[in-house]
Amino acid sequence: MHYTFQFADVFAAWPLLLKGTWTTLQLSFLAMLFGLVVAVLCAWGKTAGPKPLRWLINAYIELIRNTPFLVQLFFFFFALPAIGLRWSPYTAALTALVVNLGAYAAEIIRAGIESIPKGQIEAGLALNLKRWEIFRFVIIKPALRAIYPALTSQFILLMLSSAVVSVISADDLTSVAANLQSQTFRSFEIYIVVAGIYLLLSLAFSAFFKLVFNATLNYPDRK
Amino acid sequence: MRTFGMPEFWFILEAAKWTLALSAIAILFGGLGGLVVALSRVSPLAWVRGVATAFVQVFQGTPLLLQLFLIFFGAPVLGLDINPWVAAGVALSLNTAAFLGEIWRGCIQAIPRGQWEAAEALNLSYASRMKDVVLPQAWKIAVPPTVGYLVQVIKGTSLAAIIGFTEITRAGQIVNNATFQPLLVFSVVAVIYFVMCWPLSLLAGRMERRLSAALSR
Repeated sequence: MHYTFQFADVFAAWPLLLKGTWTTLQLSFLAMLFGLVVAVLCAWGKTAGPKPLRWLINAYIELIRNTPFLVQLFFFFFALPAIGLRWSPYTAALTALVVNLGAYAAEIIRAGIESIPKGQIEAGLALNLKRWEIFRFVIIKPALRAIYPALTSQFILLMLSSAVVSVISADDLTSVAANLQSQTFRSFEIYIVVAGIYLLLSLAFSAFFKLVFNATLNYPDRK
Repeated sequence: MRTFGMPEFWFILEAAKWTLALSAIAILFGGLGGLVVALSRVSPLAWVRGVATAFVQVFQGTPLLLQLFLIFFGAPVLGLDINPWVAAGVALSLNTAAFLGEIWRGCIQAIPRGQWEAAEALNLSYASRMKDVVLPQAWKIAVPPTVGYLVQVIKGTSLAAIIGFTEITRAGQIVNNATFQPLLVFSVVAVIYFVMCWPLSLLAGRMERRLSAALSR
């Protein structure tokens, strides 16, 4: 069969696509921000908290990392309203993304904290530094540097997996694409264009993360 | 309206075999593709590296869901007859190939440069250098992250539910529509995934620790 590509309908819908892209970016950014807060708290609780708390945090992390994001999304969108917690698709999507990223990033951050040699912290104590000073001057920078690649690729994965929230029509880029698809039937063209937008977004994210790394954490290694 | 009972539970549990079948397909074809990607990424030929890099860039830089949509909704437009099985199998295999390929490239490049040079000095051919010197060593480091990645593959198959493929998640949706007990239904669905994935995660973690202990010796 001969097929002619017609991108006119897709490009005519550019304001919708732009709006969808904006929602995807907004969702990703907010999920990164809140997810990071959850992750830091969990990493801290898991390394320094009392036993029951550690156990609880561990259960959360393992549960999230070993079930699909789609099921987590369904849980937040369908199951919680059934017990009285009603919220919009956008809020449910954001919550699911935050809970998901929190678990992955907590493990990454914990690995970063544990990568600091004990001797460094002891040296800080010997210099009579206070605990927060040790954290501020000894731990944070090398720990961040160690986990930076893993953490930033997790952010990009989060942005890409946010496409799944289109299933509950959270108005993100993929939701827009699905709507356009059912109106124009130009599925191939639409999904190619939208995949292209995601590709550009992830390239832009990784370029941005590299820039930030070079400006803040790029110093020579001492071996 | 039905209530959630044993038949509903069995319906969901039975769908697990389609999740496992789809995972097996993705691992088999994705693994073969991944080997090609990994070898191409370290190829001495620039154009081979370029093609492999572009492939990885595209499949790691776009959502798996869109890859699935593109194949499922796109192929009929081109006149190809496609069902959810084929679409899900192809999309998951290509995606797995990109990710496993990158994992394995890292393992190949972790083999010290001296090993390559020694093999070259012995006048081994490129194929023999790879097959007899580099890959057997890379294989050992590759096993733990590969087992860990299987968890991602199994979880990824859940997206096939969106194009109507009846695996665990879709079976859960169907049961939920009949019983409207989402809390129970999606908890059961989550537990089934957890039971499949958690042992793999534990295994990968244990192998990783053993390997890093062996390497630091």
